[in-house]
Amino acid sequence: MEKGVVISGFGGQGVMLAGELLAEAGKEEGKYVTFLPSYGPEMRGGTANCHVIVSDTTIASPIIGYPKAAIVLNLPSLDKYEPLMKKDGIIIINKTLVPREVKRDDVRVLQIDAQHVAEDLGNKKVVNMILLGAYVEIEKPVKIETLKNALKSYLTGRKAELIEVNERALEKGAEIARDFMGVK
Amino acid sequence: MGEKLLMKGSEAIAEAAIRAGAMAFFGYPITPQNETPEYFSRRMPELGRVFLQAESEVAAINMVYGAACTGTRAITTSSSPGISLMQEGFSYIANTNVPCVVVNAMRGGPGLGDIAPAQADYFQATKGGGHGDYHSIVIAPHTVQEEADLMFDAFELADKYRIMVVVLVDGLLGQMMEPVEFKDWVDVKKFKTPEWATVGQGDRAQRNILISFDILAEGLEKMNLVLQNKYAKIRENEVRFEEYKMDDADYAITAFGTVARIAKTTIELARNEGIKIGLIRPITLYPFPEKVIENRASNVKFFFDTEMNEGQMLEDVKLAVNGKKPVYFHGRLGGIVPTAEEILDEFKKHLGG
Amino acid sequence: MKTIYKVPSAITSRDTTYCPGCTHGVAHRIVAELLDETGLTKKTVIVWPVGCSVFGYYFIGTDALIAAHGRACAMATGIKRVHPESFVMTYQGDGDLASIGIAETVHAAARGENITTVFINNGNYGMTGGQMSPTTLIGQVTTTSPYGRKPELNGFPLHVPEMLATMDGPAYIARGALDNPQHINQAKKFIQKAFTAQQKRLGYSLVELVSTCPTNWKMTPVESIERVKREVLPIFPLGEFRAVKGVE
Ligand SMILES: Cc1ncc(C[n+]2csc(CCOP(=O)(O)OP(=O)(O)O)c2C)c(N)n1
Ligand code: SF4
Repeated sequence: MEKGVVISGFGGQGVMLAGELLAEAGKEEGKYVTFLPSYGPEMRGGTANCHVIVSDTTIASPIIGYPKAAIVLNLPSLDKYEPLMKKDGIIIINKTLVPREVKRDDVRVLQIDAQHVAEDLGNKKVVNMILLGAYVEIEKPVKIETLKNALKSYLTGRKAELIEVNERALEKGAEIARDFMGVK
Repeated sequence: MGEKLLMKGSEAIAEAAIRAGAMAFFGYPITPQNETPEYFSRRMPELGRVFLQAESEVAAINMVYGAACTGTRAITTSSSPGISLMQEGFSYIANTNVPCVVVNAMRGGPGLGDIAPAQADYFQATKGGGHGDYHSIVIAPHTVQEEADLMFDAFELADKYRIMVVVLVDGLLGQMMEPVEFKDWVDVKKFKTPEWATVGQGDRAQRNILISFDILAEGLEKMNLVLQNKYAKIRENEVRFEEYKMDDADYAITAFGTVARIAKTTIELARNEGIKIGLIRPITLYPFPEKVIENRASNVKFFFDTEMNEGQMLEDVKLAVNGKKPVYFHGRLGGIVPTAEEILDEFKKHLGG
Repeated sequence: MKTIYKVPSAITSRDTTYCPGCTHGVAHRIVAELLDETGLTKKTVIVWPVGCSVFGYYFIGTDALIAAHGRACAMATGIKRVHPESFVMTYQGDGDLASIGIAETVHAAARGENITTVFINNGNYGMTGGQMSPTTLIGQVTTTSPYGRKPELNGFPLHVPEMLATMDGPAYIARGALDNPQHINQAKKFIQKAFTAQQKRLGYSLVELVSTCPTNWKMTPVESIERVKREVLPIFPLGEFRAVKGVE
């Protein structure tokens, strides 16, 4: 199975870290992975996005033209990816920064008030991990445990103290996703 | 080595070059490949090897030229505008018969263009680029793993033929991350100064003189024939390509690098609809795999070439097909990367015609 | 009512793309004020470089070109030779001018070409992400001098005005800074003299402006201004290095 996701938001929201972490976890599980970041002027202050594919077989194109899953951290990202989503695809939205509803009715939508959830967890910066945790719980490209392990290779030195709150953020996201799936 | 590392293409290239025995890097910053020199700047000093940021690409290639004349494995990396500036050096290197490796992470052009991925330097790379009758070996990987693997081959081929090898990639292959496994380190302690190198005569019976110059036309013609003989051998022995799902294919896509990779997805999409497309992917762009294309011309209904340019490799494909079958084309310009779906849509326009 | 602040008319209405605290904006402003004050705007052609200020033509509203990286002085020479009535400027960073374009710069100066260069020295390659440049200080860590700039590997910072001042071609050569209002006023005065040199056809003029690059220095705007004072100005002293008779 090939599972691809687009993660998109402002530069500085941890879009790239979330994507790299997912790719690293996929690699840890012995899967094929590609991580394709946007780069260039659009990153200065503008939106940043990355395409991550995790697969059991070799991956052809690393580009996701029409996503089956998207993690959307800000409004411009929703505007950009909503029209491109595949039917029945899942959009996971950072509701705090996306003040509108999804217009399409043929996609699944999980809105998380992630900024506030992050504050409750004690660190405003873990929004990316909450949303990633939710995505991984729903689509299961990798195990949450592997993601948590992967954190250790990204948050080193002084940042090591952030591992714990990031782990909790992943778990919290997964929990929110489980509620969401239960409700559905 | 066994261990897989998640790496950016632009860094994997540097690490692979280092393991393949690159003893010296000379270069000048340019997007979208700055991670490559930056990686070298960290690693080369650790290993006691040379990293030097030149004042320009003109200087960088001439530093490589100098290092190459001592028989030392040397490399530079750049992107299109920088590669344009290096053309004079390439031409000198060709006629001096010294080995080196150059990586071009192609970006949108012409002129300053942009920094998005492109393939518009195919002509420049494969047809010479600088003045005179020369070629470089040109190889075009399409995954990060292949980038890493081919860096080893690049240095081997360069030394084997005393020729410049160009590794043609683009910003997409440079920026994306994939797990890579590197081949074993080349033992640089075994490197010996070649017989022809200019390092001071020492115990040698003769002086070594490495120049690209002969004021007499007869002499220069001989130098040219040496080159042409070498190119004939290379065309004979070093052609590399991948055939993907060609066995039962009714149609063949031809593409290289990033676009070839995207085309593999196009082929999956098409096959899901019952359209049997295969891919012929040249890995060496020079020497070009013309025979395989020529042979496949009897099996397929038509060829569909797709590139991020206005049809550069297309000309070589057409020469190989030699009128036996139609060759159609779809290209994107200026740094736009086509999607797999778009390529399929364009392909389908030629069905049932 | 007295106007105490006004946007120079040579400045366009576009928001700049420079990072917060970057002094490219300040340099643009003083150039634009001088274009207003001298009435030169409509006569001016600016040759922009390849560097962060490649977008300069978005912000200063004159006729504009972008030279190939480093070639601005050659391109400006071409314009001025065939169209001497135009007021011709280049605006270049330290990578563009002092590294890849040093030959064009030195020879434009040696020929006494009647053009004016504003030279932004921020000690690194801003646009490409903070690599070492010819004006990077000894010991300074950049993305291509990860262990700090070492004289034995990378040589020493290049002092462009001091070097050009030894030549006969240039009419006016100075170095200013943009780290405080006094320095900014002084820098503006320098550029005004450079303009005069060109208008009077006295020869080549260049003003270096010691600038900041908070993003790649990985500093806040305030920290980067402090760094200029503390570390950069002692190595790159301010002043006029050459002024032929008639420049004022
Ligand atoms: C021939 C060529 N080589 C390299 C580049 C890449 N490049 C773009 S801007 C730049 C340097 C910019 O640095 P600087 O001149 O110091 O200006 P700043 O961005 O700091 O204002 C380089 C090397 C290019 N565009 N063309
Ligand atoms: S990178 Fe540096 S020079 Fe460029 S705009 Fe930002 S602060 Fe200014």
